[in-house]
Amino acid sequence: MSSIGLFHYLMVATLMFSIGFVGVLIRKNTLVIYMCLELMLVASTIALVAFSRFNGTMDGNVFVFFILTVAAAEVAVGLAIIVALFRRRQTVQVDELNALKN
Amino acid sequence: MSDIIFHVFAFLTIGSSVAVVINHNAVNSALAFLVGLFGVAGLFVLLDSFLLAVLMILVYAGAVVALFLFIIMLLDMKGGERNAFSKPTAIAGLIGAALLAVCSTSLAKGFNLLPAADAASVIPVGATLRNYADQLFTVYLLPVQVVGFLLLIAMLGVIVLSKKFEGLEDVK
Repeated sequence: MSSIGLFHYLMVATLMFSIGFVGVLIRKNTLVIYMCLELMLVASTIALVAFSRFNGTMDGNVFVFFILTVAAAEVAVGLAIIVALFRRRQTVQVDELNALKN
Repeated sequence: MSDIIFHVFAFLTIGSSVAVVINHNAVNSALAFLVGLFGVAGLFVLLDSFLLAVLMILVYAGAVVALFLFIIMLLDMKGGERNAFSKPTAIAGLIGAALLAVCSTSLAKGFNLLPAADAASVIPVGATLRNYADQLFTVYLLPVQVVGFLLLIAMLGVIVLSKKFEGLEDVK
C-alpha cells in the first residue's frame, strides 16, 4: 500500500502555484511572466486530477480537458499580442512599457 | 516503489518551476518549463490519468513550449534583465511567501476534516478513454461546442493581431 495520498498531490500543486505567482510578480520579461502564468494553470490541473482520482469522479478530469484547450488558445492570442507589442515598442520588458504612466 | 517515483516526479516539477522563475535567460526558462511539464505528466500517470498525461505532453510540450521558444527566438531579446532585485521584488517575494504559508497551513489544518481517501479503494475512472468520451458527448456536450467555437475565435484573433496596421503612430 502506498503512503502517498491526496495531501501530497495538493501540496505539490500549492507549491507550484506559489512559485508561479512569485514569478509573475518578480520577473520583468513579459514572456517569462506568461510562462509563470502557465505554471499556475498547470498547478491547478494537478489539483483537479488528484481530486478526481481520490473521489472516483470524472468531472475533474474532463475539466482539465477544457483547461488544456483554453490554455492553448490563450497562449496563441497572448503571444500574438506580445509580438505586436514588440513590433511597436521594440521591447518586452514590463518596466519600459509605461505609456499609461503620468 | 510508487512512493519513490512520486517523489522523483514531485521534485522534478517543483525544481523546474523554481528554475523557470530564477533563470535570467528566457530560453532556459522555457526549457525548464518543458522539464516541469514532463514531471506533471508523470504525476498524471501516477494518478491513473493516462490520456491527460499524453495530452499534457502533446499540447503543452509540443505546442505551447514550442510556440514560446519560437517567439523568444523571433523577438531576439538581449539576454538577461537589468535591475533584477529591487524593493518591489522584495515585497513580491514576501506576498508569495505569505500565499504559500496560508495555502499550506489551511491545507494541513483542513485536511483532517476530509474523509481519509485511499487510492487503492477508489476505482480509477480517469484511466479509460471510454469514460472521457461518455462524459464529453453527454453531460459536457455544450461546453465542448463552446470550446470549439473559442478555438475558432482565437485563431481569427491571432490572424487579426498579426496583421500590420498602417497609419497608426506610436505612443511614446
